[in-house]
Amino acid sequence: MSIDRALGGTGTWLDDRLHGARGVRVLLRKIFPDHWSFLLGEIILYSFVILLLTGTFLTLWFQPSMTDVIYHGSYTPLNGVRMSEAYASTLHISFDVRGGLLIRQIHHWAADLFMAGIMAHMIRVFFTGAYRKPREINWLIGIILFTLGLLEGLFGYSLPDDLLSGAGLRILEGVIQSLPIVGTYLAFFLFGGPFPGNQIIPRLYILHVLLIPGVILALITVHLFLMFHQKHTQMPGKGRTNENVVGAPMYPYFMAKTGAFFFFVFAACALAATFAQINPIWLYGPFNPVAMSAGSQPDFYMGALEGALRIMPAWQWAPWGHTFAFNVFIPALVPLGLIFGGAAAWPFIEQWITGDRREHHINDRPRNAPTRTAIGIGVITFYGILWAEGANDIIADHFDIPLYWTTWAARVGIFVGPVIAYIITKRICLGLQRKDNHLVEHGVETGNIRQLPGGEFVEETRPVSDERLAVLTSRVEHPPLPPGETAETDVPAPGMRGGLGRVRERLYKVVTESTPIPSSHGNGHGNGHGNGHAVEAGDGHEHAALGSGTGPDSGADDEGPQH
Amino acid sequence: MSDTNSPGSDQGPGDTAWQEYLTGGGQAGGATAASGEPEGPAAPRRVIGTPSPAASHRMLPPQDDGGTQPPPRELPAGPEDPARAKKAELVVAACFILAGLAGLGFLVAYGIIGVGSIVAVQHSNLALGGTLSIAMLLLGAGATIWVRHLMPDVELTEMRHPMHSTEQEKAAFKETFEEGAETSQFVSRPIVRRSLIAATIPLAVAPIFLLRDMGPLPGTSLDTTVWRKGLRLLVYGTGDPITPAEFSSPGSIISVGPEGYLDDDDAMAKAAVIIIKFRPGEVDYTSQPHPVGGKVVANWSVDNIVAYSKICTHVGCPAALYEQTTHHILCPCHQSTFVATQGAQVIFGPATRPLPQLPIGVDSSGYLIATGPFHEPVGPSFWERS
Repeated sequence: MSIDRALGGTGTWLDDRLHGARGVRVLLRKIFPDHWSFLLGEIILYSFVILLLTGTFLTLWFQPSMTDVIYHGSYTPLNGVRMSEAYASTLHISFDVRGGLLIRQIHHWAADLFMAGIMAHMIRVFFTGAYRKPREINWLIGIILFTLGLLEGLFGYSLPDDLLSGAGLRILEGVIQSLPIVGTYLAFFLFGGPFPGNQIIPRLYILHVLLIPGVILALITVHLFLMFHQKHTQMPGKGRTNENVVGAPMYPYFMAKTGAFFFFVFAACALAATFAQINPIWLYGPFNPVAMSAGSQPDFYMGALEGALRIMPAWQWAPWGHTFAFNVFIPALVPLGLIFGGAAAWPFIEQWITGDRREHHINDRPRNAPTRTAIGIGVITFYGILWAEGANDIIADHFDIPLYWTTWAARVGIFVGPVIAYIITKRICLGLQRKDNHLVEHGVETGNIRQLPGGEFVEETRPVSDERLAVLTSRVEHPPLPPGETAETDVPAPGMRGGLGRVRERLYKVVTESTPIPSSHGNGHGNGHGNGHAVEAGDGHEHAALGSGTGPDSGADDEGPQH
Repeated sequence: MSDTNSPGSDQGPGDTAWQEYLTGGGQAGGATAASGEPEGPAAPRRVIGTPSPAASHRMLPPQDDGGTQPPPRELPAGPEDPARAKKAELVVAACFILAGLAGLGFLVAYGIIGVGSIVAVQHSNLALGGTLSIAMLLLGAGATIWVRHLMPDVELTEMRHPMHSTEQEKAAFKETFEEGAETSQFVSRPIVRRSLIAATIPLAVAPIFLLRDMGPLPGTSLDTTVWRKGLRLLVYGTGDPITPAEFSSPGSIISVGPEGYLDDDDAMAKAAVIIIKFRPGEVDYTSQPHPVGGKVVANWSVDNIVAYSKICTHVGCPAALYEQTTHHILCPCHQSTFVATQGAQVIFGPATRPLPQLPIGVDSSGYLIATGPFHEPVGPSFWERS
């Protein structure tokens, strides 16, 4: 058999040198839990692979040089125009290298997919509580990767030195320059003198193709290693506990699925690159510091920063011969700083508030952590308003709204929107919990109405399936805080004293707010007022179909708690 | 319904041999030779907490496997429904064959469709991208159908162990660490430790020194532009000087730059200027941004032509949009809006300061010239700006 031969030959050769049989076997049988949302991380990984492949291709022709040349090439509308070598070589890649335009567009689409994937993955991890102990380190690595991705993208689309990206660099220069005390120095060091100079493209290039991708690659490796080592979280379900991991083995299942997924991600980028033009730098023209087009937009992941700059009122303070340009450095640093800093601190804040130091390997359903989910939606609303404001001129134009109204709406919305989103989300989560509780306690309504001998009409219910019940009852009680100052005890526990202790007590109430967990003693009991027994007995679908607990026949074998 | 796999069911001969190979117990001589002496039995897997409902599931690797017994079979050998699998097999093969053909099409398209003109590039992009997309899609589809319809459904359970080490492990680690620290004398000989730390400090800050030459210090260069008295205003794009008579239709706006600097991007990044022609009486000269010595300077314009810096005072974009009816100059980046008739004061948006005005006049040949430099720094705010 060919497997025999392969393992006996190459396998033995490798094993003689690496002693891999035992370790690799365990690896091949490593269990991967399955859920659609676990694919989001793979999207990021595969877009990164695509970025490395296509990026390497682009470097074969791209010239990171700001030396002026006069263009004479295949894109005739720009013949005779003065431009930098970077721009000219990008035109060369697009019009004179076979497949060049396609690879360039795949590279750009993959970058957008990379960032979109990071956002979606981060949102998934947050809402399911997958960042909780022991995975806080991976959460922090993820936030660093997000930040690096932003920089990598910004630097990447700045390289062609076209009119649009040049405006982006100009904004970057203006923002750096606004920083108190060090701003002008930083700007002059980065640009090698006044803007635009002739240093910025080569410098961004080496950051973009070597330093940042190297760091990203290293961090992705650590991220994946930790995921492997700590084993993936799993969604709640039948037979899934905090002590096990249920799923299909890596070999052959996960390998085949993830291989297929790589092809799909590549196909998505290739399809977009074929049919959807992206960053047509030849239409923007080469950079010059005098021109600017209306409706200029950065790539989507920079939109929130752009929106923050647009939304900010014109505040400035110029005491003692110095200028605090609040109108620039506050929007540049504060909103994203709050989001990233808050995200980094959140796992530890939550741990401090709830006192929950347990390991968590079963993901929360978002509804089961209403406050966390509400905070998440609030932050998304905050980010989303900034992002939409980043395109407020486009919105105003398309929807025929006065431009300044959009800005004022965002100025108000940025404060009001997240609060409303928080309140609504929390209500929705608690409502969904009540719905779950109802299903657990009363079973699924069948729509069949039955008349009891006494003349009473009741709707028949049937118990929810075991699989579903395991999901519905996956909510776990938060461990109570040690007694605090408001407790009746004499001495508050350490960590619960003083003002901070009182704050913690109050926050605990907010963060752990949930509906009461239905009083079922283990799965099955209490399901549909004893119908769960019928299921456990294994015989009783007629049984199970009967009654809401009020019928004379339903309680016959019921030892479970009635209420 | 049950997720449990029946272990030990139909083992094929090939599988047996492979497992024997993997566990070093069979005919594959290399592996046994490599192991040399038999390994000690693997430590039993720890099971924490109460036994899970999944206790009936198999755990991996089997606890009693000391490396000598072949592990019992855990995955089923074939699909439940062979007839359906046969159909799926054909579909998968068709996907892969078509993917191969699409890949071939990619190579052919590369060979026969040239580039070098806009239309050719469009065709090339469509052909290369189309074939590549189809190949990738079919590979993904084939692999997915393979997994879903040829491989039997399997669910296995593996136990987790808590992340923290046991107390014994921690104690042993502590001991080893302390032994090393003591043996190295790092703790007991503070002079070695402190001198080492002191020695690294200069090297730690060396990178900051090394980066110093990345750029010149800003000095006062941000305060000034290349504009000075007598420089002609040249039309950006054509490079021609302009007379007030040539620029006579009210509501017009032109971008201009200083004579001799139009192709100097560094200079133009600060010196770009727009000139706007107004009807008589439209401009409110009393709102000139910076009256000199408390008096209104009315002679910065010529013939109702006013010159403003084009560099937005917010973050430096060219404030390129002009609305004739309202006389608003709008920066397309962040929508700072300046009123051109009132000294380019800000009426909306994040900019804090008006666009600086350039004093202009005409020279002896009748062309527009600057009659002086800007009286304040142009462009975005910065720390040293007073």
